[in-house]
Amino acid sequence: MPDGAIPADPRIEDAVRAVLGSLAGDLSATEAALLAELEGLGRTVNRAKQESAAVRVEDITDAHIPAATDELDAIVDHTAGATNEILDCCEVLEGVASRIGGAEAEALSGAITRIYEACGFQDITGQRIGKVVAALKAIESRVSAVTARFGAGVSAAAPAPEPESQPGVTEGRRLANGPQLPGGGVSQAEIDRLLAEF
Amino acid sequence: MDKNTNVLIVDDYKTMLRIIRNLLKQLEIENVEEATDGQEALTKLRAGNFGLVISDWNMAPMTGLDLLKEVRADARLKNTPFIMITAESKTENVVAAKAAGVSNYIVKPFNAETLREKIEKVMGHA
Repeated sequence: MPDGAIPADPRIEDAVRAVLGSLAGDLSATEAALLAELEGLGRTVNRAKQESAAVRVEDITDAHIPAATDELDAIVDHTAGATNEILDCCEVLEGVASRIGGAEAEALSGAITRIYEACGFQDITGQRIGKVVAALKAIESRVSAVTARFGAGVSAAAPAPEPESQPGVTEGRRLANGPQLPGGGVSQAEIDRLLAEF
Repeated sequence: MDKNTNVLIVDDYKTMLRIIRNLLKQLEIENVEEATDGQEALTKLRAGNFGLVISDWNMAPMTGLDLLKEVRADARLKNTPFIMITAESKTENVVAAKAAGVSNYIVKPFNAETLREKIEKVMGHA
């Protein structure tokens, strides 16, 4: 075997032998080179199939993506739980502030307000994680479509492209993109300016 | 502004509802009801008497923008001040909300001062 490790697909070898057997007379140098190329091509296809099998693509949809989405869901649950604990504490402190009064109460209230503002992180991170989960599910769907296609042979239908616009989707849903990365959206000051322009 | 105004806050994150409720309490606005999507909010608005809506955008099944359109199309509700408070910060979102008749727009994360300022702007000073 010329390149050792990977045997050529026997069907291709058979096909090459059948072609050779059917040829009358000597092969020209060009014809021999062509047949050698054909055999090499068959070997390459076979190697690609073996490599695909070794990668175990089905693990992506069966194990990796479900595990990743479960972990992300757990992050959302834990941050929601922790945020509620923080808010519980803030509400207790607000009660204390109302009893002590004066400058100390004012300082305490100011700090509590800042904690409330900061706790908004749970909403933002939750929405960002939701976007990641949606992206993982899209990958899962595409991988499933590709593996199903390989399994069914080349005659199987290609995965349907996602429609540009889905019927029944409202403007509100179509424009719901979630939080933008830094620089991707407009600031509060720019929003105020936009609203004033109308 | 009238501190006794009934306010409906709409968000699918319970923690955000709690944060907004507590910030409103600091502004001495305590007549606050909650809804977790546009459809529930619309039902409450049609059944009740609210002077201000503070709504998120990205909720299911009904988004905040679709809620806003329903409110503006309703003869009884159409003049209700409506503040969008959302992480949607693309220009197209602001433009669409303004076209639908939003009273003001706050981008998340926000601070208490911005919330106070926008409420006073749409409701008038006390």
